[in-house]
Amino acid sequence: MKKLTSLFQLLVRSQLGPLAALMVIVILFALADMSWGSGNFLTWRNLRVISSTASLIAVPAMGMTLIIIAGGIDLSAGTALTLSGTVLATLLKNSSVSVDEAGFANNMLIALAATLLTGCLCGFINGGLISLTHVVPFIVTLGTMTIFLGIGQIIAKESTVYAPPEHQPDWLQNLCYTGSRVEKYEMIAYVPSSAIVAVVLALLVACLLRYTVFGRNIFAMGSSPSTARLCGINVAWTTLVVYALAGFFVAVGGLLYFADVKNGNPSDGTGKELEIIAAVVLGGGSLSGGRGSVLGTLVGALIIVVIRNGCGLLQIPNTYTHIIIGGIIIIAVIVDQLRHGSPEWLFRMLPRNRTSVET
Amino acid sequence: MPVEPLLEMHGICKQFGPTIALQDVDLRVQAGQVLALIGENGAGKSTLMKVLSGAHRADSGSMTLCGQAFQPHGPHDSRASGVAMIYQELNLAPDLSVEDNILLGQPGSHGRLLFRRHQRERVRTVLSMIGLEQLSPKAIVGQQSVATQQLIEIARALACDAKLILFDEPTSSLPQADVQRLFQIIERLKSQGMGIVYISHFLEEVREVADRYAVLRDGRNVGTGSISDITDEQIISLMVGRDVDDLFPVVPHQPGDTVLRIENLSGDRLPKSVNCQLRKGEIFGVAGLVGAGRTELLRCVFGLDPITSGQVFLEQQPIPHRARSRIRAGFGMLSEDRKREGLAQDLSILENITLSNLRPYTRFGFLQLQQRKEKAAQLMRMVEVKAQHVGQSVAELSGGNQQKVAIARILHQESDILLMDEPTKGIDVGTKAEIYRLMGKLAAEGRTVIFVSSYLPELLAVCDRIGVMARGALREVRNAEDWTDDSILECAIGST
Repeated sequence: MKKLTSLFQLLVRSQLGPLAALMVIVILFALADMSWGSGNFLTWRNLRVISSTASLIAVPAMGMTLIIIAGGIDLSAGTALTLSGTVLATLLKNSSVSVDEAGFANNMLIALAATLLTGCLCGFINGGLISLTHVVPFIVTLGTMTIFLGIGQIIAKESTVYAPPEHQPDWLQNLCYTGSRVEKYEMIAYVPSSAIVAVVLALLVACLLRYTVFGRNIFAMGSSPSTARLCGINVAWTTLVVYALAGFFVAVGGLLYFADVKNGNPSDGTGKELEIIAAVVLGGGSLSGGRGSVLGTLVGALIIVVIRNGCGLLQIPNTYTHIIIGGIIIIAVIVDQLRHGSPEWLFRMLPRNRTSVET
Repeated sequence: MPVEPLLEMHGICKQFGPTIALQDVDLRVQAGQVLALIGENGAGKSTLMKVLSGAHRADSGSMTLCGQAFQPHGPHDSRASGVAMIYQELNLAPDLSVEDNILLGQPGSHGRLLFRRHQRERVRTVLSMIGLEQLSPKAIVGQQSVATQQLIEIARALACDAKLILFDEPTSSLPQADVQRLFQIIERLKSQGMGIVYISHFLEEVREVADRYAVLRDGRNVGTGSISDITDEQIISLMVGRDVDDLFPVVPHQPGDTVLRIENLSGDRLPKSVNCQLRKGEIFGVAGLVGAGRTELLRCVFGLDPITSGQVFLEQQPIPHRARSRIRAGFGMLSEDRKREGLAQDLSILENITLSNLRPYTRFGFLQLQQRKEKAAQLMRMVEVKAQHVGQSVAELSGGNQQKVAIARILHQESDILLMDEPTKGIDVGTKAEIYRLMGKLAAEGRTVIFVSSYLPELLAVCDRIGVMARGALREVRNAEDWTDDSILECAIGST
């Protein structure tokens, strides 16, 4: 019994909590799939689909992780993401030349730069408004959320922008490819390029958070802004950079989104921000700031996608999938509180789980 | 005939994981009596009070209140039984009115509806019991002074028909004049037959207000009795477990040349054109009432708050008015608000110590984590933080140890000008002495310490010079030996 409690403690208290949860979910779905489903859940093809779909959430969620650790929130991430995707779609659609012709590389480069710039600019606007006006991030980004949606709709002329395939280079077309033709994997055979992009970006962010002064400053700021100020951290500037940087990840997310659906529709973005935030929260990020991890966020994104994918294979209706994901988010937050010792009621039930917190 | 005690706690034990917080603790409070509960930080006072107020449940032991077995199921239950707790940090809703705050959490006597007129009577009664007749029940709590807010909190306890009121460090944020008012009210409550438990680090306060004392050390009773039968020295040796021969250790140091010049410094509202010169190797005390602008002065000197005029010169060089520049120039500040500003509570000891000066560990933009950890561990040992390891979160440390972490940070900054705002607030006697010794040592190394405090004995004992502030102005600076308690107070209150 004692051993069980300490194992429980280890799981609950270590950073591996979300990972363990993911494993449990995968095992449950695998078993359910073998008993009642088609047996397709644990196939390579499905794992590729899962990893690629998770990347679509995980990449913008990297930026959200930075923001949430810094004590902020970005509700505009979803619409900024589709705005970036729409910008890309529009520029490719309007490209005067197609892929094989001379001068396309140039057009593509411009389109790519414009996409990334759009995302960064969105983040810059958010960060600037928050730093300058001291209005809470929730409100600022609630406002910019609809502003970005509106701008996207103006660019898209209130419809969906389809970029013809001959205006899309191969690498872009294959970015989210998960099928069985090996020549379509541009980087590593049978590993979706989107997943590689996500992993590389995640590594970069993890290093940024752990090994740079900027990263430590983000944690300090999120944990206590006044302490950060006392320690000589330029809070306004750091906030601005965090949001602008997050905008970059949102733009890359927009790129993946375009590669996935091959078009740009600004209103696709509504609701995406919640998925992104949920990934961070599932991964142990605290909305009150100061806590969050890159690995956690990756796992969080995977949890959401695995549940949706698994439910799909089991032919559970979408409506139930929503309920299950919602439930998991709430459970995750309760477990997270447990890890940090806040709900007294649970600790009363679990003996020997807490060291003295004397004042 | 022995009077039945109002509260009796018997054989209370409480364990948190492997840590024994309370072991076999007995406590007795009579009606109409003030019991002082004394002990160092971490001695178990707070835990004992939490057991009493229902926030924690004891592992074993029994409690009786007014002769009835008492086993609160939670703070609400305990409050309903007549035990009220006034915490160090006030628990009021600042945006609500006095009346709403007092009635907050009260069971509605007429079902669930609020009967305003009837209740307003009640609010008036309790307000007059604590001498706040002139305060409008409709006034907004956040706009009242800290002292008044505390009285409102007492009023709330009275409105719940409290029989026993627990005060946890009630005077730590009060200016001297308000402390006296609080004592009068405690006296009045006592005469109305209420029992009072008073927790404080200030022995002179305890002596003034309490009838009996109970000392806790490491979660055990080590002494109890009538306050008039024991000397301060005896109480302290009971608390610490050894004789503390020197409450205010002085490390010999010799002030040198002027190093810091504050010229005509004015803040947004406070301070008002402060001029001052500080020497190397000097401990400069700043006395004054709460609201006199002492904290604001430090914040302006450190570049945290905006200024309207003035300049700070270090070795004749003006320093830009930004915290970052000031830190680079060798300033370090210890915040008065340890919990919210002084330390990032969620972060580890390691992070908190090194936060303000990460440059030494940066190579090509990357941090060298091992080096940083070693340095932090070294500093942690130097200031004697009692913790398991440097990775521990500061939220888990006691107040005194948290303060040491905050001090370790400004040492880590290698500051030469140390601005310390109430560094000994809420800290036990033993740790206080360590902090004084450390300040002396820093001065002996040629650093300059500005020491803001509301506790005059420590200022008089530790400082070389003391300046008294009143209404934002630095009114008078003298050598410490030329001041007395009375003359400081007179200068701080005087209307010139």
